[in-house]
Amino acid sequence: MSEQNEKSSSPVAGSGSPGEGFRVIGVPRRRVDGRAKVTGQTRFADDICLPRMAHCKLLRSPHPHARIRRMDVSRALAHPGVYLVLTGKDLPVQYGILPVSQDEQALCLDHVRHVGDPVAAVVAREELTAFEALDLIDVDYEILPTICDPEEALATPEPRIHEYGEEGNIHKLVALEFGDVEQGFAEADEIFEDTFFYQGNTHLPIEQHASVAIKDPDGKLTIWSSTQTPHYLHRALAKVLAMPPAHIRVVATPNGGGFGGKSDPFHHEIVVAKAALLLDRPVKICLTREEVFYCHRGRHPVLMKFKTGVKKDGTITGLHLRTLIDGGAYGSYGVASTYYAGALQTTTYHIPRYRYEGCRTFTNKPPCGPKRGHGTPQPRFGQEVQLDKIAERLRIDPADLRLRIVETPNTVTANFLSLGTVNLGECIRRVVEASDWKTKFRKLPEGRGVGMACSAYLTGAGLPIYWNKMPHSGVQLKFDRGGGVSVFCGATEIGQGSDDVLAGIVAEVLGIDPFDVRLFTGDTDLGPVDLGSYSSRVTLMAGNAALQAAERGKALLAEAVALKFEVPKERLRFAGKRVFDSAAPDEGVSFAEAICLAEARFGTIGTVGSYTPPKSPALYKGGGVGPSPTYSYSAAVVEVEVNPLTGWVHVRKVWMAHDIGRALNPTLVRGQVEGSVYMGLGEALMEEQEFRRLPKRLSHALVHKFPSMLEYKSPTSLDMPEVLTELIEDPDPRGPFGAKEVGQGPLLPIMPAVANAVYDAVGVRIDEVPITPEKVMKALAEKRAGREPRFGPDHFPQVHWPEALRVPPPWEGGDGNAVNEVQREKPRAAKEKVLAP
Amino acid sequence: MATLPLESQKTAQIRFTLNGEEVDVLFAPYKTLLEVLREDLLHTGTKHGCELGECGACAVLLDGKPVLSCLVLALECAGRRVLTIEGLSADGRLHPLQDAFADLGAAQCGYCTPGILVTAKALLDRNPHPDRDQIREALSGNLCRCTGYLQIFEAVEAAIVKTSEEEKETH
Repeated sequence: MSEQNEKSSSPVAGSGSPGEGFRVIGVPRRRVDGRAKVTGQTRFADDICLPRMAHCKLLRSPHPHARIRRMDVSRALAHPGVYLVLTGKDLPVQYGILPVSQDEQALCLDHVRHVGDPVAAVVAREELTAFEALDLIDVDYEILPTICDPEEALATPEPRIHEYGEEGNIHKLVALEFGDVEQGFAEADEIFEDTFFYQGNTHLPIEQHASVAIKDPDGKLTIWSSTQTPHYLHRALAKVLAMPPAHIRVVATPNGGGFGGKSDPFHHEIVVAKAALLLDRPVKICLTREEVFYCHRGRHPVLMKFKTGVKKDGTITGLHLRTLIDGGAYGSYGVASTYYAGALQTTTYHIPRYRYEGCRTFTNKPPCGPKRGHGTPQPRFGQEVQLDKIAERLRIDPADLRLRIVETPNTVTANFLSLGTVNLGECIRRVVEASDWKTKFRKLPEGRGVGMACSAYLTGAGLPIYWNKMPHSGVQLKFDRGGGVSVFCGATEIGQGSDDVLAGIVAEVLGIDPFDVRLFTGDTDLGPVDLGSYSSRVTLMAGNAALQAAERGKALLAEAVALKFEVPKERLRFAGKRVFDSAAPDEGVSFAEAICLAEARFGTIGTVGSYTPPKSPALYKGGGVGPSPTYSYSAAVVEVEVNPLTGWVHVRKVWMAHDIGRALNPTLVRGQVEGSVYMGLGEALMEEQEFRRLPKRLSHALVHKFPSMLEYKSPTSLDMPEVLTELIEDPDPRGPFGAKEVGQGPLLPIMPAVANAVYDAVGVRIDEVPITPEKVMKALAEKRAGREPRFGPDHFPQVHWPEALRVPPPWEGGDGNAVNEVQREKPRAAKEKVLAP
Repeated sequence: MATLPLESQKTAQIRFTLNGEEVDVLFAPYKTLLEVLREDLLHTGTKHGCELGECGACAVLLDGKPVLSCLVLALECAGRRVLTIEGLSADGRLHPLQDAFADLGAAQCGYCTPGILVTAKALLDRNPHPDRDQIREALSGNLCRCTGYLQIFEAVEAAIVKTSEEEKETH
């Protein structure tokens, strides 16, 4: 492999086993599930085929907003081969991923809110029969006016898309102030005000969502599903089906790509579960690609206004950020997304005073939710592009400006986020050096340019989605007499390598090979809870749980072996599938014998480990979003070539430095970095979830512009540039062996770095993603006409913001509470704490 | 007698070579090769991402050439040779492409992987020493959302090197 692109760690002593060189951790190697994936044997949900299995299809609304007056399913039921037709009346209980947004129904009862909202389900002997029968369901809709964007939502309080929320079609308003930001602006030498727009886009996993449900022989329910969050699906199923959770087993099959798009409990999952229970036979559903576009839960379109005060030397004196967020038709993770859009601004550069106002509205489009970077790529784009403008006005190199203001490690930020290790400065220095920044920036020939941007991301959400004090991840280990170790954990494999993380950690601690570890993951019956594959939490949280369980097992084995050899157990080493005396390496037993000795002494050997994040100092309402045990940092330089005749942006090369703490398996880490760069380039240049109104004569309805993979443009193998990845390894004591996240952080700087590079290349500001050739051409035309050489939004609409919760920052003596927070009643207070990934 | 649902009317029958083995299969005549492979022959190694010829996940080799099995009617395959991911390894050994993909991180979620592997095999069969641009070109119809493609290119290149070395040893 081309390791010249990596600064991967050579095995060194570290926090796992002091004084020992690592044999697994930090060594690039084949992932434990690699063979299954290259032989086509990984069993995805749609690969499951069971005897007597029936097939399900959903009838979806063709209207973006309507009341259901009447529905007649009798013709569908009479269709040969149809077993069952379900409607909203069969599944009336509302659910949703967040306790504060239980606004979904598995099948709409009387109100459809976007094209693709499901209204009925057909279960039939064959998939084609189910498809045919959908046409035989008669639905009488009363068409309602539609709302296509947040500005329209603000101006149109009636009809309401939902009967809850702030008012009208405003779902959520947030106003937080950390220090007096006006004072901050008064102290500034310069004030910058910029408006940006970030278009929505979607995950586009290659695997379409699929689920198979069965009624077990004992009458319980099992569902296999392409979900990133089996635990949350488990809870939603118990609620909607009104069944004891103990009678429901959710198995998350390996996901054929997730990226956040399989993190909500979905209609189809609940429907097949209900159908399997009613029919007492297996029921499968696999969504079509068009339906995947309707499930969405992707990137929120966000309009942003940044007002930033700076000193002449670049020091930030205050930041005021406003966001207007297009939520689509349901809550999904949206309340959390609204907070996230304001949460992480303080993690990269020192911001002494900060005010955030966010507004999420409902619109008649598929619901937005968490996509890789959840809520943070949009404001990061605005912040990093504005910083480029600030650097230019102050005549400071953008890299130097950032180096001056990077936040220091172990700081509590203005909004009470506790940072861990921070190596952003080193990231910047590495990409500056590797890209030859100093000889390129503002010095390349016209049409070519370089741009820089930075970012930070959570290593796991500090709070669970529903309020509880239990661990976020648990691991059980079973030690076999034959020398094998089985790992039981709820962690969900979505391609990122969560199984490999668990196997690698256990193998390192016990001195065995990762392939000696057998994994039982993503199964709510077999393993203890892990909250799911979201918020970049698995490596740190499940990893720490695995580390604890493995260390406990090691202690039992060591005690038994120490007795046999009559040596102090501290002198024993576990390596090479042996347990031996480090003073006399020939004195020892095989790992299998060590298990037998321990089992003879203590009985069956099984251990557990769990992980609960540290308590956050952010005590104000909304403070549940943003805290994390530690944060990853990234810096990127992107070099582009812009064709002035076509507006086409060609990315020549990307340099990325990522502060990962420690790379557990550098092969997979590099894959996460490059995959993030790839997805970031797609967002920067082409991907957009766009809608259009049909002509008035054709109903004027709001429809998805192109719910297909052909028209929704994503980068192909021909579009992907060379990427030089540098990993900064400064082990963070909070992570297992010092590891921090890598799955999401490296995506974040790409979009602003591309925009900044386009400016360096042709002198136009594209304050909007995606940066399409059309926008570049328009901005170039402005430039030629002598007007502001820019393409982007020109205003931020009036929003009636509530009074901000005022939280004095730590350096003003704040204790993490708001000074003006109204005392809330206990149950509500508990509910409001429920915040998210 | 009530009419059977269309999908249950298995009125078509063909014989073809699947991964080197003659097979007879009975199926509903409108079915695509993808559907017959997955549903009637239970060869689920071949995946699908759109069933419209857009993503490349369902690629298989038909008489040695990569085709999108979602766009090929099974009826067209009578008497022909079909190679799927299940037929890539031989004698209990992984194909050098498979080994390289597993070792070098070219498969993350593994969902697009079968289609990419057979497409890469077809490339190497007709051009044993492609350069990076030729690899990019050959795989440009196979979307991958996880890797950013670079580790895939590297794995194909590593497999080429390994295959050449093995050939040298045997000669």
